[in-house]
Amino acid sequence: MILRSTILAVAAVFGVPAGLTLYIFLVEKGVARLRFPVQKRIRPWLWVAPGLAILSVFLLYPVINTLVLSFLNSDSTRFIGPQNYLRIFTDRDMLIVLRNNALWLVFFTLVTVTVGLLIAVLTDKVRYEQAAKALIFLPMAISFVAAGVIWKFMYEFKPKGVPQIGTLNAVLTTLFPSFEPQAWLFNPGINNWALIVVGIWIWTGFAMVILSASIKGVPKEIVEAARMDGAGEFQVFFRITLPIIKPTIMVVTTTLIINVLKIFDIVYVMTNGILDTEVIANRMYKEMFNFMNFGMASALAVLLLVAIVPVMLMNIKRFGQRGEEQ
Amino acid sequence: MHRRTRITIAFAVAGVILIFLFALSPLNRKKVHAAGEREPVEGTVSVLAVWGGHELDVFKEMARPFEVEKGIRVSYEGTRDINAVLTTRVQAGNPPDIAVLPGPGKMAEFARAGDLVDLSTVFDMERMRADYTEGWLNMGTVDGKLVGVFAKVAIKGLIWYNPHAMDAEGIEIPKNADEMRAVSTRLVRRGKTPWSIGLESGAASGWVGTDWLENIFLRQHGPQKYREWYEGKLAWTSPEVRETWETWGEIVTNPNMVYGGKQYVLSTNFGQAAAPLFMDSPRAYFHMQASFIQSFIKEQFPNLQPGEDFNFFGFPPIEPRYANAVEAAGDLVGMFNDTPQARAFIRYLTTPEAQSYWTSGTGALSANRNVSLVFYPDVLSRNAAQILQKADIVVFDASDMMPGKMNNDFWSAIMSYVQNPSRLDSILRDLERTRREAY
Repeated sequence: MILRSTILAVAAVFGVPAGLTLYIFLVEKGVARLRFPVQKRIRPWLWVAPGLAILSVFLLYPVINTLVLSFLNSDSTRFIGPQNYLRIFTDRDMLIVLRNNALWLVFFTLVTVTVGLLIAVLTDKVRYEQAAKALIFLPMAISFVAAGVIWKFMYEFKPKGVPQIGTLNAVLTTLFPSFEPQAWLFNPGINNWALIVVGIWIWTGFAMVILSASIKGVPKEIVEAARMDGAGEFQVFFRITLPIIKPTIMVVTTTLIINVLKIFDIVYVMTNGILDTEVIANRMYKEMFNFMNFGMASALAVLLLVAIVPVMLMNIKRFGQRGEEQ
Repeated sequence: MHRRTRITIAFAVAGVILIFLFALSPLNRKKVHAAGEREPVEGTVSVLAVWGGHELDVFKEMARPFEVEKGIRVSYEGTRDINAVLTTRVQAGNPPDIAVLPGPGKMAEFARAGDLVDLSTVFDMERMRADYTEGWLNMGTVDGKLVGVFAKVAIKGLIWYNPHAMDAEGIEIPKNADEMRAVSTRLVRRGKTPWSIGLESGAASGWVGTDWLENIFLRQHGPQKYREWYEGKLAWTSPEVRETWETWGEIVTNPNMVYGGKQYVLSTNFGQAAAPLFMDSPRAYFHMQASFIQSFIKEQFPNLQPGEDFNFFGFPPIEPRYANAVEAAGDLVGMFNDTPQARAFIRYLTTPEAQSYWTSGTGALSANRNVSLVFYPDVLSRNAAQILQKADIVVFDASDMMPGKMNNDFWSAIMSYVQNPSRLDSILRDLERTRREAY
């Protein structure tokens, strides 16, 4: 077993580059025999062909296959038309899943960008900027699963009268003795918000770092000129900084949207979707691995793809524009 | 280049290629297989299971004599989400050699898909029938093929208590459900909380509640209806099922009956939920849990003596004719790759020697009737083992027998019900809809 996998690994590491080099070598030899105008036209295609082939096998084919599966029944033996999709938009459980993703999408993105921007602007003006930013950025270094476990401890609930071992309940009952301890993750009014807070805690650092870099790029001359003309801090921020860093804000926002639509780990670790906290990705995982319903899992995957692609295209377009500007 | 050198190199290259091909060829494997069937002396067997912490230590202890004797390495991988991990690995064509199966329902799915090895080709069936009663072997049989054997088992639905607290309150052990109800009410009137319940269990939150309902259902409606229930032939909206939920509801949805109210019930991990019974001033008096909770209690309260400081009684009978019924559950083990190493290990797993590691190490019970009661570490596990041996009616955990989606929805229905008991009607309607789809 070990011998075989070692041979396979060695073959892959040395074989694939060697094979590609050989391919290019042969292509060049072959192309050199053609007339120049034909050469010019055909060469790029031959060079990208291996890349396209790999992309088709590992990306295009799975996407198409998923699309096909989403119109089949649970064990992919019968065509059932758009039934899986109809269920997503009519079933009570599924509607809750969609609602939760919408909650995540709006509040997670909004709060993360706003708080990230706020911290970026404020830390820009203090001497201990680096330390403050490092602290905020720290959660980014933790895996989502670990963050979920940590916050599960933070949200821990003990009945009133027993020492509270969860940070949140401990702090609140100490500050306000009349406060009733809450089971944050098990109260349908709060649990979704409790989960979203964890996401915000992780991602704010990301938004902050990128926005902060962008703020540093705002030309000093413009800001100083504005101050000379008597602009206050707020005016400088809203009339100068904000318009200049707007493209960056858009990039950060779209990146966050793509990430939040796929949110899985936090929910899986902390509640696994019970008491109306389910999200699309977690549901997809359950349909696939627990219920063995390949049709429904694929339909959810397609739904996610359809939701994410426009945002991704927007993001790519942004990057393209910025490339041209420079 | 000199001609002879070239020929030499060609031969060398060809030789190397041939050696590699031989190493990879089925011819070569067959040879090892045939020789290994008698006495495999090396190699690895991969095991995927749910054991962690103390249970894992015991597993390793159990595996060591096997490793030393046979020279086969046991490579263990643990997970709490066995269903998803195992399904993925099987789907990917990369299953572990031996794995704990997520439940009989899932076992049947794997067996029908041809993923599991027929164990009658592995075991000496004469000896298996001597070691295991027919009931246990039947639970591991799908379409006439033995595909699963029990590594260890547990009795479900034991009521744990703290004898000192019972003495202090002057309470006798209730002999049936009416006495149980009377005792609970008396405690409530004195301002005490009778029960402690904790439903949280990560991705499987709610399963404790399914145990409650199964134990009540079994004693209200008997094994026949119980079977219909898990086989999907009984509607969730039927009066029988509803009665069971409401019986449990008398306890779990009444904040006077259960410690900490619904927030505690929903958010407390099942492993922590026995703790209120054993605090300096007990905060609850009864805790329903399977026999395996003993190892959790011992870990949290190492000074407690089994039998003296903590003890259990059987789930109180409801209908007298089903008084001697017991619900059991266990870790079914199956074999996915037919290698000599896996054969050797699964044979070892079912021997009384290997089984006695589980019983003496964790207080788990063995389905192997040739494990002497001597190997049960204390009076409690001996009692539990005896209950199991004496029971007229032994049924397996119903939720584990249901299809994956039914089981999952049952778990989350438990959580929703405790969160908001007034929604029972719509919860049962949803479960009924799932039943129609899932079977």
